[in-house]
Amino acid sequence: MNTGKGHIELAGIGKSYDDGASFAVQGINLKIPDGSYCCFLGPSGCGKSTILRMIAGHEDPTEGKILIGGENVVGLAPVERRTAMMFQSYALFPHLSVRDNIAFALRVRGLSVKDRNAKADEMIEKVHLGEFANRLPGQLSGGQQQRVALARAAITEPRVLLLDEPLSALDEHLRIQMRAELRRMQKDLGITFIHVTHTQMEAIALSDIVVVMDKGHIRQAGSARDIYSAPRDRYVAEFIGGQNVLSGRISDIDKGTARLGGDTFGQIVVPLPEGHRKSKGEKLDIAIRRDDVDLRPVAAQPDLPPSATSIVGRVQAIEYQGNYVKVQIDAAENDDFVSFMPERKFYEAGLTVGDAVLAVWDIQHTQLLA
Amino acid sequence: MSGAKKTSRKSGTPRGNGRPWTFYALAGFFTLYVIALYGPMFSIYLLSFQDLKGGLVFPMRGFSLHWFEELFMQTRTGDFSGSFRRSIGLAVLVTLFTVVFSFTAGLAFRKRFWGDTAVFYLMIASLVAPGLVLGIGIGIGFNLLGFQTSWYTSALGAQLSWTLPFGILVMFAVMSVFNSDWEEAARDLGATRWQTTRLIVLPILAPGLVAVALFGFTLSYDEFARTLQTAGPLNTLPLEIWSMTLNVTSPALYALGTVSTIVSFFVIGGSLYLITRIRRKRAASTAAGE
Repeated sequence: MNTGKGHIELAGIGKSYDDGASFAVQGINLKIPDGSYCCFLGPSGCGKSTILRMIAGHEDPTEGKILIGGENVVGLAPVERRTAMMFQSYALFPHLSVRDNIAFALRVRGLSVKDRNAKADEMIEKVHLGEFANRLPGQLSGGQQQRVALARAAITEPRVLLLDEPLSALDEHLRIQMRAELRRMQKDLGITFIHVTHTQMEAIALSDIVVVMDKGHIRQAGSARDIYSAPRDRYVAEFIGGQNVLSGRISDIDKGTARLGGDTFGQIVVPLPEGHRKSKGEKLDIAIRRDDVDLRPVAAQPDLPPSATSIVGRVQAIEYQGNYVKVQIDAAENDDFVSFMPERKFYEAGLTVGDAVLAVWDIQHTQLLA
Repeated sequence: MSGAKKTSRKSGTPRGNGRPWTFYALAGFFTLYVIALYGPMFSIYLLSFQDLKGGLVFPMRGFSLHWFEELFMQTRTGDFSGSFRRSIGLAVLVTLFTVVFSFTAGLAFRKRFWGDTAVFYLMIASLVAPGLVLGIGIGIGFNLLGFQTSWYTSALGAQLSWTLPFGILVMFAVMSVFNSDWEEAARDLGATRWQTTRLIVLPILAPGLVAVALFGFTLSYDEFARTLQTAGPLNTLPLEIWSMTLNVTSPALYALGTVSTIVSFFVIGGSLYLITRIRRKRAASTAAGE
C-alpha cells in the first residue's frame, strides 16, 4: 500500500445530522494515491463539498476515519493535517495586499516581516504576479485572484491541496486556461490535489481519478477514461454524458452474446462477459458511446458485418458542433439517442431532419450497465 | 446640422435642452427647506457673538466673545462646564458599550440561535418605545429599589436602550457584506481565533465600527427624553440647555448652542477622517506598487 505523505484514505466516513435522521454523505470508502489529481464530480447537494471540507478539517465526520499519510486526522486542525484549501469565493482578505494575503500563514506563525515577505515574494514570482504584489484583491481580475488564492494556500507547503469549485467564478475562456494552469501547478508542487466540481469536462480533463457522486454516495471512482468509456451504471453514464443509454429485455442468449429487445427499437446484439448470470427475459441497461454510433442508409442493413448491430430510426434534430455534428434519432423512449458524426462524414451522407437512418455500432463497443 | 437640431427641438421634445418646470419647483422647495433648517441655527450662532448689551433677538448688538466667557466662568447661567463634561463622559461610555455589543451581536446574529427572533423583536421594541415613558419607568424603578439615579448608571442604561438597537441594526447592514469564508480561510492558514479576529475580522469591519461609534456618540450626546428622569441630581448638557431656556434670558444660551454644535462637528469630522484614513491606508499600498 502506498502510504506516501499525501496519500489519503477515506474509511467508511459519513456525515449525518439530527442523530442520523438525515445525512450529507454515507459510507464513503476511497483511496487517493500521493501526488494524484482527484476530482469529486456530482450535481449540487450530492455531498462532494462536504467530503472536501471534512478532509480539510472544517467539518468533522460523524463516523469513519480520514487517513492522510497513514495517520488518522479526524479532529486535527487544518494546519496539523498539512492540508490547505482554496475556497470557491477565493476568500482573499480584501484589506490586505497580494503580498500580505500570501504571507498571512507565515505571519500567524510568527515569522518576521522580512522573512515572510521574502518567502511570499518567491511564491508571487512562481505564480507570475510580480507586478501586482502591492495591489488589493479587489483590483485584480478573476484569473489573477485565483492565482493569489492558490499561492496563499501553497505557501503553507501542504501535502494536500483542496479546491472547492475553483473555476466556477471564471468565464468559459479563462476556465479552460486556468484548468491547464491548475494541472501544471499540481505537477510542479508534486502534491495531492482534490478538486470539487459539477462540470464533467473539467473533471475528465484534469483528473487522474474521477469520483462520481450522487446523493451522498460514490457511484463510481476511477480514471477519467474508465469513467467516460466504461460507466458502471445508468446514473454515471447519463451524468458524464456522451453516452446513449438503452433499456431492453433479453430475448435470447447465445454463447458470448445476447439479443436485446426494446419498446422503441428492434433486436440488437449485446456482448456478455464470461461468467455472466444473465437469463432470458431479464431487464438490461446498456450504454453506447455517441461517437461510436455511425449513421447509414437503411438499405445498408443486409451488408453489415456480423460484428455490428443496428437500430432503425428517424432523424429528429441536427446540431452543428464544428468538428462534429450532433444528430438525434427517435430510437430511445425517454432518452436522447444521438450520434456524434464527424463533420465531413455528415455532409457526405447529406442527412436532413425526418430521414430514416440506420444507427450502427460495433457490438464490442457496448457497455453493460449495472 | 444646426438646422436639423432646430427642427427636432420644435417638433420633438420641447424642453429637451432646457430644464422642465418641475426642476424649478423642486429647487425652490429645496431652498425653502434649507432656509428653514439652517436659518434659525445660524441666527443663534450669530446672536451668540454679541457684546454685553446683546439680547435674545435681532438686531445684533455689538460683537464679542463675552457670552462664551460667561458660559465657562459663570454659575449664574448654570453649570455649563460640569454638564458638558458629564455629557461627553456619558457619550464616550455609551459609545464604548454600543460598539462592543453591536460588534459581538453582529457576529452572533449570523447564525440562528435559540431565541434569536425574540431577542431581535425585543430590540426593535426598545427602539420604538416612547423614550420619555421608558425614562420615567427606569427612574421609578431605581427609586423603588432604593438606588440613586445618576448619569453614569440609570441614564447610561436608558441611553443604551436606544443606541444599542441602533448600533446593531447598523452592524447588520455592515455584516451583510462580510463573507464568513474569510474567517474559515484564516483558520485554514493556521490563525487562532484571536488572530482571526484581530487580523481579519476587525480590520475588515473597521469602517463599519466607526460608523456605529459615531451613531452611539451623537445619539447619546443630544439625548433628552430618556435622560430626563434618569440623570439624577446632576444634569447632562441637553438637560442643562433645557433648564436654561426656562430661566436664562441672555445670549449665553446661544453661546451654549454654538459650542455644542462645534463639538458635534468635531466628532463627526473626526469619524469621517478616521474612515477615509482607513480607506486611504488600504489604497496606499496600491499606489506604492505602481
